[in-house]
Order: sequence, then structure tokens, then C-alpha cells
Amino acid sequence: MGQIQLHQVSKSFGATEVIPPLDLTIEDGEFVVFVGPSGCGKSTLLRLIAGLEDVSAGQVLIDGLDATKVAPAKRRLAMVFQSYALYPHMSVRKNIAFPLRMAKLDKADQEERIAKAAAVLNLTDYLDRRPGQLSGGQRQRVAIGRAIVREPAAFLFDEPLSNLDAALRVGMRLEISELHKRLKTTMIYVTHDQVEAMTMADKIVVLNSGMIEQVGSPLELYLRPRNTFVAGFIGSPMMNLIDGPEAEKLGAATIGVRPEHIDISKTEGIWTGTVGVSEHLGSDTFFHVLTDAAPEPLTVRAAGEMALDYGARVHLTPRPAQVHRFDANGLRIE
Amino acid sequence: MATAHSRSAARIMMAPAVFVLLVWMLVPLSMTLFFSFKKFLPLRGDSIGRGLDWVGFANYARFISSSSFWPSVVTTLLIVGGVLVITVALGILLGILLDQPMWGQGVVRILVIAPFFVMPTVSALVWKNLFMDPVNGFLAHVWRAFGATPVEWLSQASLPSIVLIVSWEWLPFATLILLTAIQSLDSEQLEAAEMDGASSPARFFYIVLPHLARAITIVILIQTIFLLSIFAEIFVTTGGAFGTKTLTYLIYQRVLESQNVGLGSAGGVYAIILANIVAIFLMRIVGKNLDA
Repeated sequence: MGQIQLHQVSKSFGATEVIPPLDLTIEDGEFVVFVGPSGCGKSTLLRLIAGLEDVSAGQVLIDGLDATKVAPAKRRLAMVFQSYALYPHMSVRKNIAFPLRMAKLDKADQEERIAKAAAVLNLTDYLDRRPGQLSGGQRQRVAIGRAIVREPAAFLFDEPLSNLDAALRVGMRLEISELHKRLKTTMIYVTHDQVEAMTMADKIVVLNSGMIEQVGSPLELYLRPRNTFVAGFIGSPMMNLIDGPEAEKLGAATIGVRPEHIDISKTEGIWTGTVGVSEHLGSDTFFHVLTDAAPEPLTVRAAGEMALDYGARVHLTPRPAQVHRFDANGLRIE
Repeated sequence: MATAHSRSAARIMMAPAVFVLLVWMLVPLSMTLFFSFKKFLPLRGDSIGRGLDWVGFANYARFISSSSFWPSVVTTLLIVGGVLVITVALGILLGILLDQPMWGQGVVRILVIAPFFVMPTVSALVWKNLFMDPVNGFLAHVWRAFGATPVEWLSQASLPSIVLIVSWEWLPFATLILLTAIQSLDSEQLEAAEMDGASSPARFFYIVLPHLARAITIVILIQTIFLLSIFAEIFVTTGGAFGTKTLTYLIYQRVLESQNVGLGSAGGVYAIILANIVAIFLMRIVGKNLDA
């Protein structure tokens, strides 16, 4: 079991309120990702759940029981830190055994759990090494190993992949998703990387300056962003947001179109513009096109390879069904 | 930069410093060795100009067979050991306390470091006259305030008193080194341990203390070097009486009070041997902390 509920939870450091009162329910077995720009309070929120920070007001409920005043160790939560926080003077085995030793489990039980965790995480050959002798990905796995041996009610991940290189990050992302499918334990994952959020989450919580902008499945956020912040944050490259006359034509203060929902043509289209920088990825080509619709260049995706010269005249047409409309407060108009 | 040219240039530029260091070390060492094999009693008319008599190992035999020798070695080791235990233990404690956020942290840190800047002679005199004096000392007043007879610290509890004075002088050094080591501990490690269910004593013994191992080693090694040769504190307080005669002090008495340079030099060579024995033991016990 691992249902976590936040009830009007808020946090202030002195006079600055970093998290205004918020409510959130995380169901048992869910993979929830907190995503948002740097300094949006997502790590603080995770630390409030972990108990490493005290809430200023409100309640944290774990499996329906009030855990607001419960010590971090007693909340049955395991955390994986951004720096991994491995104990450098202990071998991998001792690192993984540490929570078990603290819980005073008997030796045989400890050995069994360590062996099981090591097998799951491919660490069996490294058990007698020190963390300093391991690569980044292996350290990451040790940190996860230390979390899973405790058989916690929920796992908390604080930007666990941000110290890894790009290739390793993709691999670890899959491993963590795989682990979640296998363990079926609640996981809360904090990241600033919306790609991680989209690929891993059952449910994404988009945070901005301590406030929840939207909660929903990755596709919901992609298809129906509740406001301009979520619209701009989710999706890569960013959604094109256009203010002014073009938006007013559609009865909105701002309209948003994703790069993949704009058709590019050399002959005809609604907006005309000149091609700026183009980015060729092989699978896709991204063009930055300066149009009369907006002061900023629009990003446009063309599937596959497409060659357009710098400065070429092109015509753009947004697909009408996939144009998002927002009102003057930035809220979505259905 | 590591071309053959830059290497030879580096060698040439380092040469003067290396030369000075060698002379600084080798000249006194070889003079000590030279005198230790000679009869050299300046007041009896011996002088280098007139030539000194070769006496073989007579000085060595006489120094070690003196009734003061072994007690002085024991005293030296007691003082070194006592000061090390006190400064390391209190240094860790103070380091942890000073690491806590508090009002006036900067000022408090400077105050804690301050005793290190007081010259040994001065601090020993301050302790002797202002604190430990059995008539007018602060401690005597405290004792009398409770109706007790003041303790004559430097005669009744001479060795602990000297250990106390020297510890007071060296505690700032230990605190400073250990505080910086504590500050370098990754706070996420402590939080991880907290989540893993470690109580605060467990966090101290499993996380903080191992992290401090290297800093403690450095404190022990550096302090030992200086503590083996403490002199001023003994000179201005007990003058070597009441069982506070260290090996260094015994050598001083042989050379300057008995005016026997040969005998004192032999003692100096014994001091070198003692220092090396202590160094070997220390490196065996704590040296491995310096690796990796």
C-alpha cells in the first residue's frame, strides 16, 4: 500500500511562501512525476512528503494515516537523491544493507534481500566495491538498491538522472519504468525534464512557483493543456504561442500550435515567412520561421528530411483542430 | 608544460629552497651526532677550538641509565596522548556545535580560534597565575566559594594541569580542521541516513565519524610533531618538577643546567628515535586513512 494525500499543505521559509496551500492525491501504485522549471518548489514538495522538511501548515496522509509529525524513517518511504548520497566509506553491499542494519534485521534475512536487490539491478558483481570505484549509472543503481531493500510504501526520486550523460539517462529511464512495472509500488519522481515526465509518468503534476498548474496523464497534458504555462512547458520543441491579431481572429487572447501541427509548404498557406535556422535530425527537420503572425520565429516540424535554404519564402498552415485557444488570463478556452 | 626544458628549469628554481632546507636540517643533525660522541663540558674548559675528546657511546649509556630517563619518556607520552585525546574529542564536539546555524556565528568562531594565537609561554603564565594559583587564582576562588581547600594545581595535579594548558592551546587547531571537514560533509548523505532509519547517534558513528577519519588523522599527526617537543609550558609552570619532566626538558637540563653538551646531544638522538617510534606507530594506526 502506498497512497499519499496532501491536504492544504503549505511551506514557508521565513516570510517567503514557497508552496501555497495545495491538495494532491497520489494513488497506490501510481508513477507520479512532479515537473516544473528550476525553483518551482517540486523538490521542496518531495521533501515535505519525505519528512525532511516540516510542513508549515496542512497534513500529509500516508495510507489514510496522518504522517505530518512522523519522523522520516517511520514513514515507510525510500528516497533516491540527486547526488545518490551513497556512503563513500562503505562497500556497495554495506550501502544497501545500511537501512536493514538500522532496522535490526537478522543477518540471513539481510543477505537474502541484498542478493535479491542486487540481482534485480545487475549489481551482483560489484557488491564488494566502494561507490568511488563505480560509474555514474552503477552508483544510481546502488542508490535504487538501497531504496528497494526496505520494501517501502513509496519511492521518492529527486532528479535522479540529472547527473548522468544523455545515453545513460535514456537507459536508466527505461530501467526505472521497468522497475515500477515489476514492483507496482507508488513512485514519486521529481524532474525538470519534461521528456522524462512524458515517458515515465502515469500522472504528471506540473508545478510553477509552488502552485499546481495541472494534474493529468501525459497525453491529457499534451492534448489539453489547461493554461499557457502547461502548454509551453509540455512538448518538445516548445509549443508556439501567438498573441495579438492572429489570436483575436479565433476569439482568443493567445493561441498555441505545436511545431508538429503546422504544415509547411512552398506554394500556399495562411502565414508566410522566411526560413531561419533549420535543425536536421534525420527523423525530423525543425525550421525556425519568421512570419508576420508573431514577432518571434515559429518552430515548425517537418517529418523526415526536408531541405529549405536559409531565407527561403515559405507558407505555414496550422491544423485547425489542433490549435489551442487561451483567454486573457492564460486559461484554456474549450 | 612538462617538457624537458620546463622540468630542468623547475629543478634549477627549486634548488635554492631545497639547499636551504637541507642545510637547516643536516647541519644541526650532524652537529648533534658529532657532540653526542664527545666529552664537551664548557665550564670545565672544553671547547671546539682546543679539540674534544672522543668518548664513544659513554654519553648514550649515561643518558639512558639516568633515573630520570624512563620517567621522562613516560611523561612525554602521557602528555602527547592526553592532549591528543582531549583535543580530538572536544574538537569534534565543538566542530559540530559551530557548524550549527546560530546568531553571531562568525564572532564565536573567531573567539574559539583565538587561543591558538597566544604564545605558549604567555598562555602557560596566564593559566599559572590567573587560574591555577592556589592563593589568588580564579579556580582557588571558586574552590573557596564552596568552602573547599584550593587545589595546588601545579604541584598536586601537575601532569593533568599541563595537559589541560596544552590542550587549551591546541583545541582551536583541532576544532578548525575538524570544523572544515564537517562542513564538507554532503548533507544529502545525512538525510539519506535519516530516511534509512538511522538515529542521530547512529548517523554520527556511521556517517560523520568515518567522514572525519582523514581530518582526525591529520590533526593527530601534526599535533604529535609539535607536542613531542613542548617546552615553554613546562619551563614557566613547574620547571620540570613534580613529575612533569619530559624528554625535551631533560635534554634542556643536561645541556644548560648541567652544562654537559655531549650528554644532552645523546639525549637529542634518543628524542629523534622516540619521535620515529611514535611516528611509525601512528602511521600504522591512522596512516591508512590518508590513502585514496
